[in-house]
Amino acid sequence: MPNLLVAENVSKTFGNHTALNNVSLEIPEGTIFGLLGPNGAGKTTFIRIINQITYPDKGKVIFNGNPLNPDHIKMIGYLPEERGLYKSMKVGEQALYLAQLKGMSKADAQKKLKYWFERLEIGDWWNKKIQELSKGMAQKIQFVVTVLHEPKLLIFDEPFSGFDPINANLIKDEILRLKENGATVIFSTHRMESVEELCDHIALINKSNKILDGKLIDIKREFKNGTFEVGLETLQKEPLKKELEEKYTVTDAHFKSLGDELKLRVQLKKGETANDLLAHLSSRGMITHFVEVVPTANEIFIETVKRN
Amino acid sequence: MDKLILIIKREYLAKVRNKSFIVLTILSPLIIVAMIALVVYLAKVNSEEKRIVAVLDESPFFAHQFETGAEASFMDFRDIPLQEAIDSVHSLGYYGLLHIPSGNNIDSVAENIQFYTKESPSLDILGSLEGKISARVREEKLSTLQITPQVINALDKNYEMNIVNFSGEKNVKGISEFKAFIGGGFGYLIMMFIIIYGAFVMRSVIEEKTTRIIEVIISSVKPFQLMLGKIIGTSLAGITQFVIWIVSAGILTYVVLSVMGIEIDTMHSRANISPEAMHTLEASASQDTIQLYVNELVKIPWGTLIVSFLLYFSLGYLIYSSIYAAIGAAVDNETDTQQFMFPVITPLMLAIYVGFFSVFENPNGPIAVAFSLFPLTSPIVMMMRLPGGVGGAGVPWWQLITSILLLILTFLFIVWLAAKIYRVGILMYGKKPSYKEIYRWLKYK
Repeated sequence: MPNLLVAENVSKTFGNHTALNNVSLEIPEGTIFGLLGPNGAGKTTFIRIINQITYPDKGKVIFNGNPLNPDHIKMIGYLPEERGLYKSMKVGEQALYLAQLKGMSKADAQKKLKYWFERLEIGDWWNKKIQELSKGMAQKIQFVVTVLHEPKLLIFDEPFSGFDPINANLIKDEILRLKENGATVIFSTHRMESVEELCDHIALINKSNKILDGKLIDIKREFKNGTFEVGLETLQKEPLKKELEEKYTVTDAHFKSLGDELKLRVQLKKGETANDLLAHLSSRGMITHFVEVVPTANEIFIETVKRN
Repeated sequence: MDKLILIIKREYLAKVRNKSFIVLTILSPLIIVAMIALVVYLAKVNSEEKRIVAVLDESPFFAHQFETGAEASFMDFRDIPLQEAIDSVHSLGYYGLLHIPSGNNIDSVAENIQFYTKESPSLDILGSLEGKISARVREEKLSTLQITPQVINALDKNYEMNIVNFSGEKNVKGISEFKAFIGGGFGYLIMMFIIIYGAFVMRSVIEEKTTRIIEVIISSVKPFQLMLGKIIGTSLAGITQFVIWIVSAGILTYVVLSVMGIEIDTMHSRANISPEAMHTLEASASQDTIQLYVNELVKIPWGTLIVSFLLYFSLGYLIYSSIYAAIGAAVDNETDTQQFMFPVITPLMLAIYVGFFSVFENPNGPIAVAFSLFPLTSPIVMMMRLPGGVGGAGVPWWQLITSILLLILTFLFIVWLAAKIYRVGILMYGKKPSYKEIYRWLKYK
């Protein structure tokens, strides 16, 4: 898969503050790329560099095979975290204006707006002013304006904030559909469950440095350490636990179940397989639960940032 | 370029459609005209009140002297005692009673003339009575001295100094004040426009910051384009407003005045000009002098003046409004703008005061020259000097050219500077910036 966007050794400082330090990233075409990191890590600076709002001090950014240049602006759609619309301007007029600023013709913009307004069932808002709409409604308009010019690269910074669960879901489906249609998405959020749900690739930035990146599945594989959550019905809970502790690293597990079985987290030693553990357990009692513990994006995030 | 036009259009429409803008644009001329109409109406009502003055003339000197005029009508009382006259004037509700006592000497008669009235009389009635009496006294005395009107006319000669410039052209008194007045008008217009519409630019930038739309927009256009579009759009709205004001105020004033039956011409003659000034004006208003005034007016280099006005106006406005835009970008709300406003307003105020106190007095003095070269004051001060002409006795060419060059250089520098501050500032939230902080922004890439 070719990369739509490649950042090479990008650095940016503001006075004494280093916002990005030698960050290199590759964003494959047609994927959803999660750009993660604690507050103030440098994500927004990176996004602003892609949008050519600010420029790197060092390093370069390649977009679609060419060094980033002003012609690329119309191929990028950006939904910033700090977003808003002109309060006293009418919805339709405003959407047309913003679309035209992205280089669309008025007729084209009108046609596509009609499509999107119908799609999101907001057609009757056309002549309303933004100040008459609720926050969620304004967010919908903002989403439409971001995607209207069918950009190759979409950048969403906290796209779900301000939405109720139903509309958040609607927007999530739209993002997935855009990806299906070939768009590449950079997705920046602190909501790890949506990272889990949406992202193919992630990069983690902490204190201006990239500390982790790659395919989410690969990263998870790397972070799993052969730990299994097991449930076992047995009469001799304590002796069994002691017996397992001799062989494996064992901690208590907490998961919901119907019975009062022994619940443990068991970490395998190197060279052992799940089958060995399964065979051992099956000889001691009735197995009710056996799941490999795959680290969540949240856990990976916290662990990596802490380790750093 | 297309985007710039889009931005200009939006900024223009946003401004022009704004309710307060519409209200202000429509109401201001109405209010001004209503005020004028009210003042005129009240003055008219006041002067239309018929005032009757009774005259009790016991002397042989003042017969037929008091003819009914605009300010009062006169009623002749004859052969009744003074007290009775006073009583009847009082009971009839007349304005007053002029009592001229008997006597053979006009001086002693005039000395003892009394005006009886309920309250202290208005100045124009008093003036009119005094004028009539002193004219009569003078006439009487002249005839006792056997001086004929011809002799008086021959004596009565107002002297007026002829002013000629070095190249031998005739000049008229007061023309340099008049020219300064025209220049001052232009300068004042520039200042007012900068202050009003510069603040609009600033508010509009702050609005974009507080509604958080700024980042959406500058991911589509360059901050500089946005800033420029905003400045131009706002100024076009401003020009629209000015034109509407001037045209509608003109039309309305004309309509209102003609409806109220007041000729524009009479307005002029009623203008508040002190008697002395009136006298000088009348004396100098010979056909000859008027011709000279007209000549001088024609001699004002209107072409240069208008071209310079457009140049100084646009450059001056662009310089100041980009400073305003940068201030708007640097702060989060309007209250934080105070610390930055002072340095902006100061040169404008200075220019106006220097203009009124120094340039009017001596359009080519060192102060006037310095301030008309200094780029932050030159749009206003140079406009005040220019009606005197360029070259010859007026502003030397090198000064005009230097001033414009300096202004252009400053314009480029300030816009560059403002654009840098603007670009960084619009994305900064939450902290109140200091000058030091803004200086640091200038170094950002």
